[in-house]
Amino acid sequence: MQVRYSLALASLLGAPAFAAGLNVSIEVPRLDVAEYHRPYVAAWVERPDQSVAGTLAVWYDIKNKGSAEGEGTKWLKDIRQWWRRVGRELQMPVDGVSSATRPAGKHQVQATEGSVQLPKLAPGAYKLYVEAAREVGGREIVSIPFQWPPAKAEQASASGSSELGEVKLELKP
Amino acid sequence: MKNILRSAALVVTLTAAAFAVQAHNVWLLPSSTVLSKADWITVDAAVSNDLFFFNHRPLALESLSITAPDGSIVQPENMAKGKLRSTFDVNLTQTGTYRLAVINEGVFARWKDKATGQVKRARGTPDNITSQVPADAQEVEITQSAGRIESFVTVGKPSTLRPSGKGMELIPVTAPSDLVKGEKASFNLLIDGQPARDVEVTVTAGSTRYRDKVGEQTIKTDANGQFNVTWPAAGMYWLEANTHDSKTSVARAKERRLSYAATLEVMP
Repeated sequence: MQVRYSLALASLLGAPAFAAGLNVSIEVPRLDVAEYHRPYVAAWVERPDQSVAGTLAVWYDIKNKGSAEGEGTKWLKDIRQWWRRVGRELQMPVDGVSSATRPAGKHQVQATEGSVQLPKLAPGAYKLYVEAAREVGGREIVSIPFQWPPAKAEQASASGSSELGEVKLELKP
Repeated sequence: MKNILRSAALVVTLTAAAFAVQAHNVWLLPSSTVLSKADWITVDAAVSNDLFFFNHRPLALESLSITAPDGSIVQPENMAKGKLRSTFDVNLTQTGTYRLAVINEGVFARWKDKATGQVKRARGTPDNITSQVPADAQEVEITQSAGRIESFVTVGKPSTLRPSGKGMELIPVTAPSDLVKGEKASFNLLIDGQPARDVEVTVTAGSTRYRDKVGEQTIKTDANGQFNVTWPAAGMYWLEANTHDSKTSVARAKERRLSYAATLEVMP
């Protein structure tokens, strides 16, 4: 009931009152391995020509031992596809995008259109990518295609099989 | 005496290396080809039968030249030569693509001794080769050679490579840090800075020891000296091209042999 009310209110006020955006839920699976390190994870949005519309999140070792960019930047290249597509263009840390690695469990990433994470998107086809790389472990990439702007609230999901669990994308018009 | 012995030994090694180029694989193998930030790398260099295993000879590194992204020359460190491989370290301080190259240039002479009829050989430089051949030598054949053995290492964002304009060389269209399994990569092959047309390029995946067939791809450069490679799998690859022309800088040399070899890493 509450939900319906706020939706109605939103349509009354018109679109500009609430900026469109997307929520991504990323599951870091619990792994039974002898040597475990939390994975480095990047989530980003690509256009059909493989150019990057925005990096939603980067999780890496941000421990600061004298360098502002953090200890883990040396291994950012292991998030291979993200590194090639956009990672190497960025100067770490990026406010509102980069943060520490996460433990096993489900984590939420929220991005509003027009922010550092997600600049204004031209209408068209896009793909959400989530890539995880783990020290002395494996690498996995999961993608979800979507259309922008969404006509209504939409959900889509995909699942990894080794380094990522469920990845859920929620579009907010 | 000691000097004579040393130079004799040098000639033997160089000749051996020159022959080895014909029969074996020559390569540089960097510890990393893609780095997030400034760091050290170590590089192995060898002449071998299998890719990329050290099982024949170390690669001579006298003519190693490391070019930084800004075009400056970087000195290698901890250079060492073992029985089966050579090795060196490089401190990569700049962002962009480093070019590691072993550039071999030489002139070979082959003739028949007038008195004995025996076949004699000599190796030298364009300046001193003629003085090594006796005036009365018969059936003199002089051949020039220009070889380049390379690999590329990128720190951060790749930068474009400037051709040296000398001999045969590869100028990547697809950055060497962006080679991915299943994706097409383009390269330009140049000779003296000009497109090398209709030259056969062979591309071989590493770890040849662990398969029965070499399985190399053979590709020809097009009219613009360009060629494309689609990588069947991730791993280290060896790219090689050989050709010859008559653009010699030594008056008596009829032929110039050009060779090029590069080690490239393909990501999954």
